[in-house]
Amino acid sequence: MHAAVLVFPGSNCDRDLAVAFEKAGARVSMVWHKDTVLPDGIDIVGIPGGFSYGDYLRCGAIAANSPICGALRGHVDRGGFALGICNGFQVLTETRLLPGALRRNANLKYICKPVDLRVETADSAFTAGYSEGQEITVPIAHHDGNYFAADDTLRALNDQDRVAFRYVKNPNGSVEDIAGVLSENRRVLGMMPHPERMAEPAHGGTDGQAMFRALIEQLATA
Amino acid sequence: MKARVTVMLKNGVLDPQGEAVRHALGALGFDGVDGVRQGKVIELDLAEGTTEETVTEMCEKLLANTVIESYRVEML
Repeated sequence: MHAAVLVFPGSNCDRDLAVAFEKAGARVSMVWHKDTVLPDGIDIVGIPGGFSYGDYLRCGAIAANSPICGALRGHVDRGGFALGICNGFQVLTETRLLPGALRRNANLKYICKPVDLRVETADSAFTAGYSEGQEITVPIAHHDGNYFAADDTLRALNDQDRVAFRYVKNPNGSVEDIAGVLSENRRVLGMMPHPERMAEPAHGGTDGQAMFRALIEQLATA
Repeated sequence: MKARVTVMLKNGVLDPQGEAVRHALGALGFDGVDGVRQGKVIELDLAEGTTEETVTEMCEKLLANTVIESYRVEML
């Protein structure tokens, strides 16, 4: 399994994400934002957390229009997998590869703490290592994680079982407590919480590990 | 030539920053502020002959996120 992790100016979870992939057994290539192509044979693209381009204009907006995101779009259009965490989720909504948008937190504060998530579906390569309804603890660290989608989009997400995670106790005002959503083909996941920061005992918990292990297992046999 | 683009959160999308400003105005003793919406103004210096259509395209592609924001273009 070969993962690419995109690196933008201002990314700060790129190495954490790479380590999480590596510890689960993947080979990882770091890919600079000015590159126009992904390395050959990439199975999944990771879009890391951080503050790409200083969050100028809107979080993720400039990154979404950077050269590498053209390659990301091509990868996803061909049915490739992608995982966007935190700022990576914002980039995926700005590219419209995932629906909705992330607004400023309802209480206007930057929130950095572990939160409980409920796994809403085990039907994806990302969540196959969890069981539906399982509660896991994963940290959040964001100022703009307040998910919004129009009513018809929410209906589609619910009808198609595309809400991957909901907050047990909503920290940021997200509609319907949504913490992460899947694309229509279930191969793109965006989420505000950081599973890569809860992936080994030294992190204080390992609830995020199952995502990376399941991905490696599912993609290795694909 | 110049253009001014005003980007606002759409009606119906909660604006927590606007709400915070409204509360702060109330705390300063300004009564009767029923609502505050906060947006941004982007001024563009443009080559002569740039059309409003082009500026609209800029808004659609980058300057506004039309999932949650609306925009207004003024050619100056």
